[in-house]
Amino acid sequence: MNKEELKAMVAELLGQMEPQVKGGDYRPTAPQPEQKEGCSQAFVPDVTQIDLRKLYLTENPENGQEFRKLKSRTPARLGCGKAGARYKTLTMLRFRADHAAAQDAVFSQVPEDFPEKNGMIAIQTCCEDKEQYLTRPDLGRILSEKTAAALKAAIPTAPRVQIVVGDGLSSAAITANAVDCMKALQAGLRSKGIETGKPIFVRYCRVGAGDAISDVIGCEVVCMLVGERPGLVTDKSMSAYITYKAHRGIPESARTVISNIHDQGTPAVEAGAFAADLIETILQRRTSGVALQSEAGA
Amino acid sequence: MKTLVSVGLDVGTTSTQMVVSRLLVENRASAFSVPEMEIGSREILYESPVYFTPLLDESHIDGPGLLELVQREYRSAGIAPGDVDTGAVIITGETARRENADAVLRQLSGMAGDFVVATAGPDLESVLAAKGAGADVWSEQTGGWVLHFDIGGGTANMALIHEGQILQTGCLNVGGRLIILGEDGRVSYVSPVLQNLTDLRPGDHPEEEKIWAVTELLVHSLEAAAGLRPDFTIPRSLITNRTVTLPDASVTISFSGGVADCIETPRKNWEFGDIGPALGSAIRKSRLCAGDYRLGTHTIRATVIGAGSHSTTLSGSTVYYEGVKLPQKNLPVACMEEEDLRRSSEDIFRRIQKEISQWDEPVLLFFPGMGKTGYDDVERLARGIAGAGESLAGVVLERDMAKSLGHALRLLQPEKTLLCVDRVRLHPGDYLDVGNPVGGALPVVVKTLILSR
Repeated sequence: MNKEELKAMVAELLGQMEPQVKGGDYRPTAPQPEQKEGCSQAFVPDVTQIDLRKLYLTENPENGQEFRKLKSRTPARLGCGKAGARYKTLTMLRFRADHAAAQDAVFSQVPEDFPEKNGMIAIQTCCEDKEQYLTRPDLGRILSEKTAAALKAAIPTAPRVQIVVGDGLSSAAITANAVDCMKALQAGLRSKGIETGKPIFVRYCRVGAGDAISDVIGCEVVCMLVGERPGLVTDKSMSAYITYKAHRGIPESARTVISNIHDQGTPAVEAGAFAADLIETILQRRTSGVALQSEAGA
Repeated sequence: MKTLVSVGLDVGTTSTQMVVSRLLVENRASAFSVPEMEIGSREILYESPVYFTPLLDESHIDGPGLLELVQREYRSAGIAPGDVDTGAVIITGETARRENADAVLRQLSGMAGDFVVATAGPDLESVLAAKGAGADVWSEQTGGWVLHFDIGGGTANMALIHEGQILQTGCLNVGGRLIILGEDGRVSYVSPVLQNLTDLRPGDHPEEEKIWAVTELLVHSLEAAAGLRPDFTIPRSLITNRTVTLPDASVTISFSGGVADCIETPRKNWEFGDIGPALGSAIRKSRLCAGDYRLGTHTIRATVIGAGSHSTTLSGSTVYYEGVKLPQKNLPVACMEEEDLRRSSEDIFRRIQKEISQWDEPVLLFFPGMGKTGYDDVERLARGIAGAGESLAGVVLERDMAKSLGHALRLLQPEKTLLCVDRVRLHPGDYLDVGNPVGGALPVVVKTLILSR
């Protein structure tokens, strides 16, 4: 069957589905709630504002109070109730809203003026746009010769610790957390007498881009704040990857990571302060990642 | 996994007991996150026999006798004071009213270990007894209200608990040893709290009717405190500090303390030379036991187990203590308002000055309230706090921001380091003890004087 034949068949099948109802002609058969006067201008309530830990929809529960207590400990979609064999409308809408937010976090951009407003040097990896960034992870880890030269010119002498902020897989995470975390990190390191220099913002950034930056400027430690792949619980989760003497090809096991930096996880300011302490230890021990943990006996 | 060795020592009206427990400190977070240290489990390693509290006379504790007893128990337990990480020595009930109680308490805590809290007073005792008896866990599991009575020799400590949270405490002068019989079968002691309530005097023959009248009065007081005898007014002399305000809901009553052992197990009258058995059986027949009631998982040992296993909690795991001398004991708490976290630096500074001017010793500033914290908030607060100088012992916050605040303060005043602790909730009138760090967190003991929601 060729394309034309297929088209014809689909058209025929669709034609058999009589009677076709056009949107405007649709009249509900079941009784509908009366629309109140003056409500037409109101906004639809924002389903994403509901705290999932408190949203309990099961009807006639055996012990609702106890279930609510359990629910308060997890953002998992438990106790959703059901409508026949399906989700309730609210559950469905919230699920789709969270899913949309996750997709938006990946595809949206960190605002153009973000680096300048926060005193950062802005660069871009070898990716040209989001589509290429998503399909070519390798390009998100390297810098063009031109970018490398510009970076070298901007940072002629390397600080001991280079802070890098990368959009990664969630621009929303960076917009929400990076600045608070970075400021706490800078203050923490400054209080210990460790210099950081000007932070770098990298667009279309994978964690490995920090290795390329370290190669160019020659810093001792790279600390990269990067947006995590968003999930349905939050689209704003950020991680800090800290690598001692990073270089291209360094094994992933050499990185120390602090994950789950967001409002419901570790608050950005405390993560930044904790990272400052961690970097102090890394500089003292001259190692990071698994080696640091096994040395510490943790 | 890290452990803390914790000692509990309870010097009560009648008995002195000691327990040694091991608290297991676990990191609840994954290896790729900021640590979250918590006390995972509590294991009792050693329980001493129940001793009679050594007394010289009615108004003096036998200090040397008590010290020797404790030293002997340390040896039996196989521990040295240097092995002890934390714990509490408490002098409870009527013993706390003895003239030399303070001096003995200081001596005891000095020898018990570096970070062993010394305290007396009915509020913390009520909290520890309720926890030692498992009443808080019971309330959490059932999701209901529990009114716990720890009835010892001289006092009945009360704790009102809802869903695992101890909300109020109170104390009555109701106990098994308010009247004591001598070896000659005559009354040898009548507590001063009974002075106007009975005409029994030392040397009298213990007439059954008079004893019965006293136990009835005591039980009626307990019933009234539990809201079960609304027409009865508790005699003033039987109220140690206050009673609790009961909720408009059904409350399960729970018991611990020496007298609790006499509620379900019938004892011979005067078996211990006091009115404990009579009081126990009177409670069994009273309105207190007419409805739902339970005995604690520990009874006579509840307070000491509370002191040994439940006195210590952990702060948040990202706190600031660089350059701070630890442990620190008896830090008084000045409570700020949640609103203060949103004020300007200048306003915060003024509010702090006003607060600390009321104290003549360095205080801990406590900022209540949860919520999202940006770095601007941290910096604003740090500017407000900096310059408070020697009058500050540290800062305690409910929300998770202590480490970043510590760093920010360090930048503003490099010569002075300030203790910053978070995820601890304090109340006006509290005192805080802070121990040596465990995996980034600090063991703290909140010595509560007043509990309210």
